Amino acid sequence: MKLIRINMAEKRVTTENAPDNYAIMGGRALTTEVIAREVDPTCHPLGHNNKLVIAPGLLSGTSAPSSGRLSIGFKSPLTGGIKESNAGGTAAQKLAKLGIKAIIIEQIPKEEGFSILRVTKDGVELVDGSTLRGKANYEICATLQKKYGEKVCVMSIGPAGEYKLSGATVAVSDSEGRPVRHCGRGGGGAVLGSKGIKAIVIDDTDAPKVAIHDQEKFKEAARDFGKILTSHPVSGQGLPLYGTAVLINILNEAGGLPTKNFRYGRFDFADKISGEMVHDVINERKGKVTHACHPGCVIRCSQVYHDKEGKYLTAGFEYETIWAFGANCMIDDIDAIARLDYLCDDIGIDTIEMGVTMGVAMEGGVIPFGDADGAIKLLEQVRQGTELGRIIGNGAGFTGKAFGVTRVPTVKNQGIPAYDPRSVKGIGVTYATTPMGADHTAGYSVTANILKVGSHIDPLKKEGQVELSRNLQIATAAVDSTGLCLFTAFALLDEPRALQRVVDMLNAQYNLQLTIDDVTALGKAVLKTERSFNFKAGLNEAEDRLPEFFQEELDPHGTVFDVSDAELDQLFNF
Amino acid sequence: MRLEVRLFATLRDIFPKEKRGMDLVTLELGSTLDDLIKYLKIPEDAPLIILVNGRRQIENIELADGDRIGIFPPVGGG
Ligand code: SF4
Repeated sequence: MKLIRINMAEKRVTTENAPDNYAIMGGRALTTEVIAREVDPTCHPLGHNNKLVIAPGLLSGTSAPSSGRLSIGFKSPLTGGIKESNAGGTAAQKLAKLGIKAIIIEQIPKEEGFSILRVTKDGVELVDGSTLRGKANYEICATLQKKYGEKVCVMSIGPAGEYKLSGATVAVSDSEGRPVRHCGRGGGGAVLGSKGIKAIVIDDTDAPKVAIHDQEKFKEAARDFGKILTSHPVSGQGLPLYGTAVLINILNEAGGLPTKNFRYGRFDFADKISGEMVHDVINERKGKVTHACHPGCVIRCSQVYHDKEGKYLTAGFEYETIWAFGANCMIDDIDAIARLDYLCDDIGIDTIEMGVTMGVAMEGGVIPFGDADGAIKLLEQVRQGTELGRIIGNGAGFTGKAFGVTRVPTVKNQGIPAYDPRSVKGIGVTYATTPMGADHTAGYSVTANILKVGSHIDPLKKEGQVELSRNLQIATAAVDSTGLCLFTAFALLDEPRALQRVVDMLNAQYNLQLTIDDVTALGKAVLKTERSFNFKAGLNEAEDRLPEFFQEELDPHGTVFDVSDAELDQLFNF
Repeated sequence: MRLEVRLFATLRDIFPKEKRGMDLVTLELGSTLDDLIKYLKIPEDAPLIILVNGRRQIENIELADGDRIGIFPPVGGG
């Protein structure tokens, strides 16, 4: 397997064999390791010393179900700490088939301008990208597919990445070739923009198959793992049928749906933005209720959403996005929210960060709560790069400062996602402590708190939450390294034989003798490396805290976030 | 007693379509969660997530007049 280094100062591409100690690292484990080894934690995230690492997961490109997830790693301009940002789409599978373990982008160009990185079976080259300057993701995708072939995967940055805004994403095209999958969180698009790369075209035509040491064993384990996923009620039924937005109603019932910039736990119009509503609207307009973000996903939580005229509007319309612009901003018009999702994808900016930021902007009186048109106009300003647009595009923390707002839901300057930590306390522990900044996926305690998956831990009490979050953070760091979608975790947590099947696949593919304990050890090592990077970057325990307004009582349960600082500091005792 | 019953995802169809899964149900005083499930004709062994007044219930508790009960099939996301 190859490591490809792109030096943007010299415009030079070099290929090296991956060192042996990288053998059992992929995805997040690998991006984290490379960043920790090669990047000075105190560097400027947009300067020449930062790097951006792109790595498919260990199982990506194989027949392992739902294994096409991609990791990108970098020092984050949003959090100031290490970041792994994860996306679906077709990039990971293609990179793995091309025998690429990681692409490491270094330095910054000496002159202005943008390049395109073209990856084929014959190697990697930099080509001039100046004609794409100022273009947004949908147009970039279409242009590059026309030029290089319909089947290529396009990773790209929109205007937000060009302006180097902290909310900027790296888009990854999906199985339909649309830029709707994003390495969303933490400003990876700004880092890629700082390196002068506008797009990466990945063409796996005539690429060899991923090498598998023991085909038979691999197939058997993959088949069984697929069966486990499709027979689990969440990954086999709930997610394909209703997508992730089915969570709107359950979080609303549980009093954990953050409403009006985290003021209430329930939204009166939850039904109008619910997964059930999205499902009905999609069916009525002949969109697609069930859709896979990459070939080989058996869960297929994605969907294709049409507008009132029955024309394509957006895809991959997720719970977090719907919450962020919906309940959080008091917008109850699902078509307006779909439009905001489309705009974020096109401009190349994180939907969660933008929804949280709009809430803060509304708090600061920039536009009123509930003003969908106002939110759309603000996003258009991000696209144009006006001064206000740049404030918004730099995220919730930045916008809060610009408008003197104190009710700013962030941890490590990253916007808090769609579960109120006062009524889902386990996820509050994850927001506070994960090295990623407020990130629900880093240790998804909603499983045991709300969804009855794994164990049951009362979401309103603090007991057991630190341990729950710790175990999930460790497991997630490992899963993020395999390329498996995090949504396999529902089955992994409930079905004891599932994790063994993952280990079996890894062993069969790489000729290893790993045990489940080794996988846990890998997860622990990843977290420790990330935390140590953050400490050196200046993010210590004092940053592992929620904003003080989570000490105000939240309706309907009247709860506050009461996990103490000392308890939070126990999280990394492993 | 009257209960505010909210059914979600695939369970919505138990109520007439225009109700969008939300309806008032009248049961005898002292009825329990199991009684409600039976009344709704949900198979006994169906895996469910049940919230009573926003709190998850695992036991077969006695219900009270005015309770808000949300019932979900297994769902997930993130
Ligand atoms: S479950 Fe959803 S997000 Fe995960 S790989 Fe499948 S379609 Fe993509």
